[in-house]
Amino acid sequence: MNQYAVRATDLGKQYRIGEMVSGYQTLRDTIADGFSRLKRLDLTRQTYETIWALKDVSFEVPPGRTMGIIGKNGAGKTTLLKILSRVTEPTSGKVEIQGRVGSLLEVGTGFHPELTGRENIYLNGAILGMKRAEIGRRFDEIVDFSEVEDFIDTPVKRYSSGMYLRLAFAVAAHLEPEILLVDEVLAVGDAEFQRKCLGKMSDVAEEGRTVFFVSHNMGAILRLTEETIVIDGGKMVMRAPTPEAVDFYMTSGLSQSGERVWYADETSASNATFTPLAIRVQNQKGEVMGQIPSNQPFYAEIEYELSQPVTGLRIGIYLSTSHGEQIFTSFDLDDNEAFENNPVRHAGRHRSRCKIPANYLNDGRYVLGMNASVYRIRSYFTDEHAITFTVDAVDVPGSHWPERRRGPLRPALEWELSDA
Amino acid sequence: MTTADHELPQEGKDITLIRPSRGWVSLNLRDLWRYRELIYFFIWRDVKVRYKQTLLGAAWAIIQPVFTMVVFSIFFGNLAKIPSDDIPYPIFSYTALLPWGLFEAGISKAGNSLVASRSLITKIYFPRLVIPLASVIAGLVDFALAFIVLIGMMFYYGFSPTSSIWLLPLLLLLTLMTALGTGLWLSALNVAYRDVGYVIPFIIRLWFFLTPITYSASIVPEAFQKLYALNPMTGVVQGFRWALLGVGSPPSELLLASSIAALILLVTGALYFRRMERTFADVV
Repeated sequence: MNQYAVRATDLGKQYRIGEMVSGYQTLRDTIADGFSRLKRLDLTRQTYETIWALKDVSFEVPPGRTMGIIGKNGAGKTTLLKILSRVTEPTSGKVEIQGRVGSLLEVGTGFHPELTGRENIYLNGAILGMKRAEIGRRFDEIVDFSEVEDFIDTPVKRYSSGMYLRLAFAVAAHLEPEILLVDEVLAVGDAEFQRKCLGKMSDVAEEGRTVFFVSHNMGAILRLTEETIVIDGGKMVMRAPTPEAVDFYMTSGLSQSGERVWYADETSASNATFTPLAIRVQNQKGEVMGQIPSNQPFYAEIEYELSQPVTGLRIGIYLSTSHGEQIFTSFDLDDNEAFENNPVRHAGRHRSRCKIPANYLNDGRYVLGMNASVYRIRSYFTDEHAITFTVDAVDVPGSHWPERRRGPLRPALEWELSDA
Repeated sequence: MTTADHELPQEGKDITLIRPSRGWVSLNLRDLWRYRELIYFFIWRDVKVRYKQTLLGAAWAIIQPVFTMVVFSIFFGNLAKIPSDDIPYPIFSYTALLPWGLFEAGISKAGNSLVASRSLITKIYFPRLVIPLASVIAGLVDFALAFIVLIGMMFYYGFSPTSSIWLLPLLLLLTLMTALGTGLWLSALNVAYRDVGYVIPFIIRLWFFLTPITYSASIVPEAFQKLYALNPMTGVVQGFRWALLGVGSPPSELLLASSIAALILLVTGALYFRRMERTFADVV
């Protein structure tokens, strides 16, 4: 018999555009539509404008394989996971699944703020499909992993956002399905927490379970998955061993270029202190650019929201090449004066903007990452691969020799020539 | 972590087939049975959370029907002198308010339940029937609390339960069926049309007056009795009064009509719900 964990055949999902935009109709609209069609003696079914969020996707995944799924926002990754987890039905095609499916579409879904940690472990476990006896057996492990044992009988609404996330992930991580679907859960939480989650996920993979992992974080995709599917415009563009697929994705212009916007449902945890809104690369006029001429300065801009004032917060950028070489890290309070003048950031929306000088980077493809942290206290958010952009050589120093220069930097430096 | 106590994948394990469903789909009660623990947990959550951070807590389950009964007794019983089949008006109305309260809480909670569970529905799969089902059943706890007061009132007014008290569980089942049937229709419609949220209180108010709670069913003219019997809550309320207070004759025909009406409501509600279920996650 042919061994597979998941086999999808010609999978498609069509949405009515009306459904996606307006959300829901009122009864009046439906009745009014019905009447107007009756008047026109148009008895055919109402037609809607539709889009295919996913079309003709076929693949077969053997048991024990860890699969990455990458693509732009709206490419259809989440739709695919929602079909696999039976949250939504496909419009065409079919999927055959062998084994129990568990999904981690959003950490903490179904937590009730009024219930205690202990009660929420049981409730959330049941929602995720665990039996009561099973939860009872794993209860201590879950509490250990979450590190909230002292507060286990406190309502979770009094938890800090970190504790809340840890507990939620702990429950989900101890779900033991044969097939695990994970959607971007690592976008939130501090660095320590992210490390822990990644560790847990690689454990799961090593135990021989099938994992589907959707992420924008190429680092995590590279570390955790063996094979990766690239989706664009609802179609499967490529399926290859992960390094190859990621390379294709980063260099083909499919990846987010110039700007990344975080939507509310990607950053989960509504009680988080820090919520990233966007990171983008802009030219001097403030236009978002995926390609920067090397002889112009440009800006790396980060927008975020704080739900409460934070003391000592710093926002940083990481710049690295598309091959993963680190170039630099810079924080918005590096300057001594700025550091002294901004001890506390108030609640609300903020923007930090960093100017990167002209004639500084070599031509090539770069990856911009970001970090929000309080030094030695806590890291609120890290994404080392938030966006990519390219630098085109324009009027570069030494352009009269059309050769490729080594290294990520190509600064215009001062030279003195004299007789020795 | 060990996998010792975990059933490792093996031959003959579950194969799930996911494909588009068309037309009317089966109720898939087997799936509902597999998720029975989730029903239990949802009921448990609803009960636990209902009176959290309230001053009076579970006393609310008693305060509401008791105060309604007091007001009804003053205005309908003493002032308007509505006939109450020759039994004291307070116990006459309270006996009816109990199943009505269960029904009312059931349809209003169930009707809004899917919309309230939006974040779950769009993220995780489980049979959606679990949600309205749990909201209806959770009302039984409030019912039980309010029932204690009724026992006290029966002592006070010198009523001893008739030998037909065995009928009570069946009447409760009839109430739950009616509430669930209505709740399924309303909740599924509510997902697509938020108008339903505004319509629910209105439906409840009309239904209240179409049910013999403040008055006796005997004042309804003979010609309308058949039509009147189609309201399952009429059968429930008359049945309660008969089984507990010995009012009137055994309402067997009435109950038969009510049961059929409730069954039709429940089956059509469940079928409609299942038909709409596949679009819940996309539309809600």
